[in-house]
Amino acid sequence: MFYVLEYYLINYRRVWRGSVLSSFILPLLTMLGFGVGVGAYVTGGVEGVPYLDWMVPGLIASTALQVAVGESTWPVMGAFSWDRLYYAQAAAPLRVTDILDGHLIFVVLRTLLSSAAFLAIAAAFGTLHSWWALLTLPIAALVGLAVATPTFAYSATITVDSYLSILYRFGVIPMSLFSGVFFPVESLPVLFKWVAYVFPLWHAVDLSRAATLGVAPAWSTAGHLLYLALWVAAGWLLALRQFRRRLVL
Amino acid sequence: MTLIHARGLVKRFEGFTAVDGIDVDVQPGEAFGFLGPNGAGKSSTMRMIGCVSPPTGGELRILGMDPVREGPKIRARLGVCPQLDNLDLELTVRENLTTYARFFGIPRKVARARADELLDFVQLTERADSKVEPLSGGMKRRLTIARALVNEPEIVLLDEPTTGLDPQARHLVWERLFRLKQQGVTLVLTTHYMDEAEQLCDRLVVMDGGKIVAEGSPRALIDRYSTREVVELRFAAESQEPFASKLDGIGERVEVLPDRILLYVEHGDEAVAEVQGRALSPAGVLVRRSSLEDVFLTLTGRTLVD
Repeated sequence: MFYVLEYYLINYRRVWRGSVLSSFILPLLTMLGFGVGVGAYVTGGVEGVPYLDWMVPGLIASTALQVAVGESTWPVMGAFSWDRLYYAQAAAPLRVTDILDGHLIFVVLRTLLSSAAFLAIAAAFGTLHSWWALLTLPIAALVGLAVATPTFAYSATITVDSYLSILYRFGVIPMSLFSGVFFPVESLPVLFKWVAYVFPLWHAVDLSRAATLGVAPAWSTAGHLLYLALWVAAGWLLALRQFRRRLVL
Repeated sequence: MTLIHARGLVKRFEGFTAVDGIDVDVQPGEAFGFLGPNGAGKSSTMRMIGCVSPPTGGELRILGMDPVREGPKIRARLGVCPQLDNLDLELTVRENLTTYARFFGIPRKVARARADELLDFVQLTERADSKVEPLSGGMKRRLTIARALVNEPEIVLLDEPTTGLDPQARHLVWERLFRLKQQGVTLVLTTHYMDEAEQLCDRLVVMDGGKIVAEGSPRALIDRYSTREVVELRFAAESQEPFASKLDGIGERVEVLPDRILLYVEHGDEAVAEVQGRALSPAGVLVRRSSLEDVFLTLTGRTLVD
């Protein structure tokens, strides 16, 4: 498994400069755009804190989602259908779980890197109210894994990449919009509230917000963690099943 | 010890049988071939031997082990060159070898040294630090072969090693594989090219429809299933069929193909004289020695490449 991870890290070495740079630039632009632009309209803040401070933890979790899904779509589908890298790995003395887990760990590391960059920028803008904010990183890793595992399963199932846009339209975009990143979930109609509760992102947003603002989460912490762990477990089992179907004919 | 031992080996996919009860034994140092047209079950057999596809039935032992229970252990001692290249196009030529070596748990230093040796062997040293993407098809195939050797395997599996390459690139690949064979490496390959089988294989099986229809050395197969020479006649007509009856009695057998007629004979020139004696004037006449292609035609009534 670690040999597989090592392979992805060697591969990442080629692009890490550009990748790290964009990890910083995206949050920086977001900060300026939302904080200075939108923030100026939301006078009085949200739930007693400035809008930017309220939104930042949501964006950290949402960045984790974007990066984790991005790294689990084309790269996974391509490793089956285009450059057939997984088949090369399967011919070596690796097991299917090694191939799957090695790639997943790499995705989690990429997720952590982007979230850490965002957290650093957020700190520089003085939007973090508590040292608990450091906990946004393990939360980002957990939500990253919670979305990466089912996305791995999905990407391992399809053979045409146009199906990936379905995933974005019906998964990633609604999740990003209705999970309390930009406005409180409480202000949504009941149906959309359930979108927030069912998808993993809101659970991470609520935890992250509690961490950076130094307050208690809206839901029980253990409940959030267990629900995200459930996504990880179910997603991993589905991914392993699809990987076996493709690699062991 | 027999390296590969199969008895009644079967591979079935939903509703269709790809490999239908084959018996195979491969001995150390042999170059063993599976010859047959597309869909004969060669690649399915190779995947079972490569321990990435569990057999549906029968018995299979690789290096004395069970491929289903001891897959990783067996794969550690195999080298696999797949039909479709699956190199990492973004990495350099050398990195493709060193990262792959790591999957076998080979220490980095050893991997680097071995990569250099192998690049020299497949004549890619000058391209060691270039990306894989711009390499020609023949270079990519040679790199895939080098990658298959990175763990110093006891058996090298080659699935259609020269399909899709131009003649010059094919000869270069054959020459390298021949060198490997001389070094005592056991080669197992599939091909639908009879010239490839004749060049490389000490022994081969002819497969058709998932079954083995003949087995032996290329020479022995030709001696047994074909005549010494073949006369190819092309008549300038819509159909070759009407001319076949006029050739009755010449040679041992007449085979009518859509574009030509094959006469199986001992002495080609005598047969040609006899054809001309019957006042037949084919547009094209070619006398050649029998090949594995003729063996396949005799056994199945079909050509290998269609």
